[in-house]
Amino acid sequence: MNPAAPRKGLVPKPKALNCPNCGSQIELRALGAAAGVICSYCSSTIDATNPQLKIIGTWQAAMTIEPVIPLGSRGKLKGVLWEAIGFQQRGINVEGTNYFWREYVLWNPYQGFRYLSEYDNHWNFVTPLQALPAGTGAGGMAYAGESYRAFQTARAYTWFVIGEFPWMVQVGEAVDTADYVKPPKMLSSETTENEVAWSQGEYTPGTEIWQAFQVKTPCPPPIGVYSIQPSPYVGRVRSSWLFYGAMCVLLFCLMVFFAILAPSKTVLDKTYVVNSTSTGEKSFVSEPFTLEGKNDNVEVGINADIANQWVYFSMALINEETGQAFDFGREVSYYSGTDSDGSWAEGGRTDEVLLPKISGGRYYLRVEPETDPAFASGLKSSIPFRVRIVRGRPFYFRYFLGMFLLLIPPIWTSIRSAAFESKRWAESSTGSSAASSSSSEDDE
Amino acid sequence: MSTRNANCPNCGAEIRFRWSGAVQTTCDYCKSILVRNDINLALVGKAADLPIDISPIQIGTEGIFNDKSFQVIGRIVYRYDLGTWNEWHLYFSDGSNGWLSDAQAEYAISFANSFTDAPPTPAELYRGLTMAQHGVPLYLTVITEAMYETTEGELPFTSYDKEKCRFADFRTSDGRFGTIDYSENPPLLFLGQFVEFDSLKLKNVKEFEGWPTA
Repeated sequence: MNPAAPRKGLVPKPKALNCPNCGSQIELRALGAAAGVICSYCSSTIDATNPQLKIIGTWQAAMTIEPVIPLGSRGKLKGVLWEAIGFQQRGINVEGTNYFWREYVLWNPYQGFRYLSEYDNHWNFVTPLQALPAGTGAGGMAYAGESYRAFQTARAYTWFVIGEFPWMVQVGEAVDTADYVKPPKMLSSETTENEVAWSQGEYTPGTEIWQAFQVKTPCPPPIGVYSIQPSPYVGRVRSSWLFYGAMCVLLFCLMVFFAILAPSKTVLDKTYVVNSTSTGEKSFVSEPFTLEGKNDNVEVGINADIANQWVYFSMALINEETGQAFDFGREVSYYSGTDSDGSWAEGGRTDEVLLPKISGGRYYLRVEPETDPAFASGLKSSIPFRVRIVRGRPFYFRYFLGMFLLLIPPIWTSIRSAAFESKRWAESSTGSSAASSSSSEDDE
Repeated sequence: MSTRNANCPNCGAEIRFRWSGAVQTTCDYCKSILVRNDINLALVGKAADLPIDISPIQIGTEGIFNDKSFQVIGRIVYRYDLGTWNEWHLYFSDGSNGWLSDAQAEYAISFANSFTDAPPTPAELYRGLTMAQHGVPLYLTVITEAMYETTEGELPFTSYDKEKCRFADFRTSDGRFGTIDYSENPPLLFLGQFVEFDSLKLKNVKEFEGWPTA
């Protein structure tokens, strides 16, 4: 016979054994792979690495918990069939209060061991890591090109345990745990006297586990926010801001489009003179001009060459055909000088007014300027002023109002997202919410 | 590949070496451990029965690593305080040999290497020790005292005269690993990487009663 020729090997199902402590029958599922077996009747931990099945320790369990996934049941997770072979309840004590979570050992004869952990109905699928995560310097950890933020350190105790484990677990076992998060993933280390074991957890909806393991009881909804629960707002914050950006671009395009489609048109641009010393009739009318379109605005701009004086313009835009007049008054005043504080100036030489909704037609402008008399003060008596009338000034304000109102949804989503992150980090013993929300947003 | 045949000096069964570098093999019929001295095979002992054997790998399993195909031709079973682990001896299609270790279904492939930096002595070992070999920084994670439980098939060295030995296992941040085997003096260095079971595309693995095949 050829010693290296392929042989079809078959590993038979391990036989049930009797607990060397209480004699109860223990069903074995991964004998040879599991190191410790815990009798479900007397809680003895049995060394399964030897066929002799020696008792490691017998503990009076402080509590009895029925695992929701019955040991021996199988389920397909991440494309691989797993059998639940072990279960423990662990707890940490924070300021006198015990917080418990539960862990299942999953086994596949080819793939080895994985774990499920559950806290407040939040579930993680946990894979042992062979690589060593490296410290990032900021208290965090880096693994496979991703940075994880420190979340919690604690001393975890095993309170209840049954089934098979890859190590000799027993009630009362203590490990120092450290968790680092990058939702939906977590890096965890468990440090014992002999080794540091790293694992990577991935947030998994309970419903997915219920379906995989065909759990009969209803799947309870998760309570609160879990450390690596993916934020429902992470994507939404980003998309709401993207949407806002897109709307701004759209508004800008509309603005440009209408500016091109209906360009504003200067219909009058003329310079007149008001003489402050003259006592005669100062009012005059402009040459007629045409306002195109149906209903659009008209901007009347004035630029008067004044110094330390004012000019008041009573004006009327008058429709040549109908005689309808739009009366309005504008004033420009400009004063300047120097005092102990240096030079000063107030007022201005220009003024613009926008008349909304003037229907199209032939119009002229009637102007009656008034100014302070300049007899004694040596002011300019002859003041040139330029009148400029523009039809169809683009109305930019509405665009800016639109952009402002559109800000509300992304800001609201951002606030909700920050609130979610602060709930997440409220459970942390090491991290802060402020520093995390920025890092979680580039998470997409 | 050498196919030079010989006969078991104990039971007379045909012994065929798959790999010309093998210095030890186990007779498949009578479990005699046979050491190759030049031409003859010397009987040096009898292999112990395998412990509870739950590894999916067996002699004759074939797979692929780094685009090179390999065949499993031998095995060492070590016992330590958490049970046993297997070092499967691999014979690659290009004539080289390596090891596939299987500890509680955590798999790693490694190759014998020379030391580029002087190794720590057994007394200098502690968890957290770092060393560099071939430019790779390695962190000592576990020191294991282990015994040869049994051997199977062809091996590149003799095992019958070994008892307790010390191993220092090193890891890296990118999934590589190293082992210093202090069973010989000077110690041996193995460097390699952890591998996913599926990535090896193994053929002719064992079947497990009640489980679908991998």
